[in-house]
Amino acid sequence: MRRLLGFGLIAASAVAAAGLIVTRAAPVDAARFDGLDADATRGEQVFIASGCASCHAAPDAEGDAKLILAGGERLESDFGTFVVPNISTHPDAGIGDWTLDHFASAVLAGVSPDGAHYYPSFPYASYAAMTDQDVVDLWGYMQTLPADATPSAEHEMGFPFNIRRSVGVWKQLYLDDSWVVTDVATPEIERGRYLVEVLGHCGECHTPRTALGGMDTSRWLAGAPNPSGKGRIPSLAPGDFDWAATDIAYYLETGFTPDFDSAGGHMAAVVTNFAQLPASDRAAVAAYIIALP
Amino acid sequence: MKRHLTFALAFAALGCGTAVYAQEDFSAQLKARQGQFRIMAINLGILGGMAKGEIEYNAEAAQAAADTLVAVSMIQQGPMWPEGSDDMSIDGTRAQTTIWEENDDFLSKWMDFGTGAAAMQAAAGGGQAALGPAMGQIGGTCKACHDKHRAPAN
Repeated sequence: MRRLLGFGLIAASAVAAAGLIVTRAAPVDAARFDGLDADATRGEQVFIASGCASCHAAPDAEGDAKLILAGGERLESDFGTFVVPNISTHPDAGIGDWTLDHFASAVLAGVSPDGAHYYPSFPYASYAAMTDQDVVDLWGYMQTLPADATPSAEHEMGFPFNIRRSVGVWKQLYLDDSWVVTDVATPEIERGRYLVEVLGHCGECHTPRTALGGMDTSRWLAGAPNPSGKGRIPSLAPGDFDWAATDIAYYLETGFTPDFDSAGGHMAAVVTNFAQLPASDRAAVAAYIIALP
Repeated sequence: MKRHLTFALAFAALGCGTAVYAQEDFSAQLKARQGQFRIMAINLGILGGMAKGEIEYNAEAAQAAADTLVAVSMIQQGPMWPEGSDDMSIDGTRAQTTIWEENDDFLSKWMDFGTGAAAMQAAAGGGQAALGPAMGQIGGTCKACHDKHRAPAN
């Protein structure tokens, strides 16, 4: 009996230790950025394609005010309400005192400078495959943006989702920097894949989620309930979606659908971003969507 | 006294009738406001088709489409958007309550469409290349308003 108890204790502590290892927040290795110099002009393009301001600008900010990343927008979900944080250059309220390593760990691995997990409402599961050069350039650009002293608000999460450590388990299941579409026939489709799967984080809304809240990549871009609770995000999968490549590119430029209705909701913000990118990037997204297997 | 009663009854009947109308039937207003957006879409389709290169550019047709957009922009909006004709109160609309809660913002976004339509009116006859930027400007005004005031499609 005693022996059994001893064994049980050892087993339990092994499980607990494994659990702590599995759920720990691991920052990225800083050495990977050695020798890379930041180009803030390129970083602006990464910033636009990644849609940073679409969530991190203050709600209802328009024009240049969108570059003040004060946070405050409320994102409703099944797990609770996320309140988007301040990521302006303010040293206390924002991320002005961060280093490149802090920033890279946040964007690529969802790890905060003090070693906590961020919730995956921050789409690091998509950003995980961002190139090192893009991370460096993005950080270079974001340091040129204004500071704002608005403090970040706490997320409003119910039990058990208020236990951040549980995000470690989620990451084991869903944080992965591999491609969803593994075969790309042309450099244009390859660029489109990077814009859709990584920077544009399109799958975060257009792909249905599993019961644990990860993107179900077996139903990639197949449409999903709108996280806001109203309506559905449409499917872009073959068979469901019949726009021509020129229609997709034109939609991303102007917001007009093929029958000249116009984008609304969060997609309006996405179009505002993509309209500022080169036409070749909009064409690349269209080529990737058309080529979806 | 009798006369007073009759008057009161008639008044009550009138009041009641108005209340029922106000709560239940905005079909004329919905048709009118959705119809104006349909007219916009059809004419934007002509201009957008030319901008994309799918329809051959024709200065006269482009001008007529642009003139129609300006005409739509001059329709007064107030009577088509009565209080209570939002998506929380009735079916058949995606109009969000923000239209009434932030009416100044709604009307200013409608004015922006008018500015875009006027720019298109000035550009439309001047060749195919001028259509693209003007379409971009109008598209921006459409989604700015939809982003805030229109509920997602089901």
